Amino acid sequence: MSTRVQPFGFLRSLVTRWDLIALVMVIGLVAFLGDASRGLLGPVAKLQTSTLSLDPHHLPEYAARTTLRMFAALIVSLLFTFTYATWAAKSPRAGRILVPLLDILQSVPILGFISITVVFFMSLAPGKVLGAEFAAIFAIFTSQAWNMAFSFYQSLRTVPAELNEAADSFHLSPWMKFWQLEVPFALPALIWNTMMSLSGGWFFVVASESISVGHTNITLPGIGSYIATAIEQRNLHAIGWAILTMFIVILAYDQLIFRPLVAWVDGLRFEQDPSGHQPRSWALTVMRRSRLVSAVTAAFYALVRWTSFTAGAGRRRGGAAAGPSAGYQDMIGFALLVAAVALALWHIIRVLLAHTAVAEILQVSGLAALTMLRVFVLIALASVVWVPVGVWVGLRPRIMEIVQPVAQFLAAFPANLLFPLAVYAIVNWQLNPEIWLSPLMILGTQWYILFNVIAGAGAIPGELRYAAQNFNVRGWLWWRKVALPAVFPFYVTGAITASGGSWNAAIVAELATWGQRQVQAHGIGAYIARATAAGDFHRVVLGIATMSVFIVLINRFFWRPLYYFAERRFRLG
Amino acid sequence: MNAVQPLLEVQEVRKAFPKPDGGELLVLEGVDLTVNEGEIVGLLGRSGSGKSTLLRLIAGLAQPSAGAVRFCGAPVAGPANGIAMVFQSFAIFPWLTVLENVALGLEALRIPAAEIRRRTLAAIDLIGLDGFESAYPRELSGGMRQRVGFARALVVHPNVLLMDEPFSALDVLTAETLRTDFLDLWCEGQMPIKGVVLVTHNIEEAVLMCDRILVFGSNPGRILSELRVKLPQPRNRLDPSFRALVERIYVEMTARPATAPARNELFPGLGIGTVLPRVSSNLLSGLMETVAASPFNGTADLPKIASDLQMEIDELFPVAETLQMMRFAEVAGGDIRLTDTGLAFANAPLDERKRIFSRQLLNYVPLAAHIRRVLDERPSRSARRSRFFDELEDYMSEESAEQTLRAIVSLSRYAEAFAYDDENATFSLDNPT
Repeated sequence: MSTRVQPFGFLRSLVTRWDLIALVMVIGLVAFLGDASRGLLGPVAKLQTSTLSLDPHHLPEYAARTTLRMFAALIVSLLFTFTYATWAAKSPRAGRILVPLLDILQSVPILGFISITVVFFMSLAPGKVLGAEFAAIFAIFTSQAWNMAFSFYQSLRTVPAELNEAADSFHLSPWMKFWQLEVPFALPALIWNTMMSLSGGWFFVVASESISVGHTNITLPGIGSYIATAIEQRNLHAIGWAILTMFIVILAYDQLIFRPLVAWVDGLRFEQDPSGHQPRSWALTVMRRSRLVSAVTAAFYALVRWTSFTAGAGRRRGGAAAGPSAGYQDMIGFALLVAAVALALWHIIRVLLAHTAVAEILQVSGLAALTMLRVFVLIALASVVWVPVGVWVGLRPRIMEIVQPVAQFLAAFPANLLFPLAVYAIVNWQLNPEIWLSPLMILGTQWYILFNVIAGAGAIPGELRYAAQNFNVRGWLWWRKVALPAVFPFYVTGAITASGGSWNAAIVAELATWGQRQVQAHGIGAYIARATAAGDFHRVVLGIATMSVFIVLINRFFWRPLYYFAERRFRLG
Repeated sequence: MNAVQPLLEVQEVRKAFPKPDGGELLVLEGVDLTVNEGEIVGLLGRSGSGKSTLLRLIAGLAQPSAGAVRFCGAPVAGPANGIAMVFQSFAIFPWLTVLENVALGLEALRIPAAEIRRRTLAAIDLIGLDGFESAYPRELSGGMRQRVGFARALVVHPNVLLMDEPFSALDVLTAETLRTDFLDLWCEGQMPIKGVVLVTHNIEEAVLMCDRILVFGSNPGRILSELRVKLPQPRNRLDPSFRALVERIYVEMTARPATAPARNELFPGLGIGTVLPRVSSNLLSGLMETVAASPFNGTADLPKIASDLQMEIDELFPVAETLQMMRFAEVAGGDIRLTDTGLAFANAPLDERKRIFSRQLLNYVPLAAHIRRVLDERPSRSARRSRFFDELEDYMSEESAEQTLRAIVSLSRYAEAFAYDDENATFSLDNPT
């Protein structure tokens, strides 16, 4: 798998005023939604949802529903990607705010947000399960869309100039250019990002199916709810069945969708010189030979052609600037921006600051600092374990071929399904939750470190390794001067993903339940979870806002500089 | 059609790009050009002389800041029907087959499918791509990919074909085959095109293919001179009159620094605002050694040395000019002649070489002298890179400033004139620890 996910893309400066504007807008939006949802909680409380059956025979149906939610969200994410990212890339004026906005949105902890959106969406479709479905889909959407939009935006901005010129000089209309040039060019990176986001999405789909807000329990039929019910009834058997089912679902997803798509898209790559390792997939080979699949793809191409043929003529405006109207548009844009920021600030003040004492804000920040400490310690521990393992595996192609997909698979597996087992152990052996709940945060995300390091070690040029051997560079010297620097950029990419995921996981990991028993650790995750359970939306919003600010700051002042340092100093080739 | 109307007219064209600081970067100034039916016109110059920019203005991919571009009498405002382009990097779409790539331009014109197919196959046939219709670009060699580029351009039946260094990304042999094939088709009148504009930095290629050659100068890009090539096709590179023309163009292109110090008008001599090319010290000493040794013995003919060393003018000229700037050599009349310092350098051992190099650098490269002076004056004996970068940006684009600083770092490291720490972006007089 050669496509690298670039976590930061084009954002090079630490903090710009556009970032601050975006931050205010996002927190304002969260505050607004939280406040609106608080008012809506009443009518929603009357909603009755059917209870789930723990009979394993229902699991296939539940699995299908969970998967459907996932793909519904994927379609929405794609629509969002094609419009939002295209707008940001084509209009430099809009891009100035749209891009930082994406970056901030990326930092909003999705799980903390679910309770708010559930109530919000249910109020749109009162008394119906549809609202809860929308909320679940929205949660998964937020776990995919930002990432995908970023990838697409980056690709649009890096279409080679000569390809663009060729398209223009042969009179391709903007519509035609989009489908014949920009989308195919962006596709390899987009597919890779989509598949990675989908893998990460299982975590959220499982978490979003069963939500308790205040006294309202919302249960959507699916694997996540099945697990939640099993926990409530302390049914270890059912949990086992659910884990097995999820295992099969992820395996099918991996073999039937992820791998074929990644292998297929490898053929579209712009870099035309085939690089040694090409991804392969048995499923792709089967599909290529299938008449049905080729009929479908042919129909799609025909559609692209036909729309190109009929859609607005290939006439394009000359390069002349829009002249006087540009200034006019600038003014409108500026006015809208000021209005949005003012509105956001008003909501922040009204919802957050007016109801909370400074002491509480300080207390929440302290909790966030605790969680931060946990995340960093865990990343450090995981690094100590997985970097050597990853290097060892990456240098052995035979073993790598087996371990790499397994690590990717483990990253996709929703670790929250395993939490009950851990809680059971903590309760049973009376362990200290402050310490022993923490590993749950990194249970699912540590694999990102492993498979990135494996990829990095696999990418060390053979000649460098031979040179090290030739000069008898061994032992600690070899690790210090050869292996660690070579995998460092890959490691940083993995650690960034792992860290982001761990913050999100904190919300479900720091407060865990087993039947009637609850164990919790001190941290902002537990704070948000408690506030959610109590239906206290002010605190939920405060928790989310604080966590977002922490994540943004850590990204800007720790991970991003580290990432560029790694790219500059250690990137090979 | 009016017989006297030229295919293409470019009048008093000027092109400038805005700079971030509000100023502008002048790329082309006062360019006039006509292309008549049946002509291949060459735009010859080094990179940065604006010839590719001019080609894009003609193609309608960019608009001039002033002046006019007319195609068949009508002003060009956007990509015109009847003008097609062939690109240096081929610019064919890797996700489309050969057939689809060629058909693309016709699809954009909404031509019926049957007609598209007929014309596409005809173009593929003409350009020698038979049998490759269903291949993807990644399966093709560079030469075959560029043939796709040609077929794609010809299939829309353009009046004018624009070629942007179409052979420069190919190996020597493949490039020659493609040139010959193209000239054969052109001379036999098998192509629909009526005129060609060829951008190149290869002097022999220009003399081989063009009926007229416009030699471009840099800073700002402008036409220095025009040569008519009256040799009959097919031309022979070894023909004495062919060689004479090549020699003449070398003379024209090397005469410039002596006669027209246009870019230094603001400053007496070569100021710190001079854009320095990135040239490795290995190339500098290598060229001096080659010229000092027999058979050249201190004076060499540039065309001869270019073909001996297999260097394009784009590679050779910056080296020669850097030597000239540092007073290691004089370049004039298509020759390079080593000065006494240059000869001394070529015959000196390494330590002595570094001493000579350092002296010449600090004496004759004003930016190096400037940096050294600043470092000497400071008690800390160090200075941030950004200090000099900002200074350079007053005179040149950000890109050129970047390149110039890189060049000076590389030269001063070799000379051991001062040190540079990339980690902290600082110049200093320290010895590396």
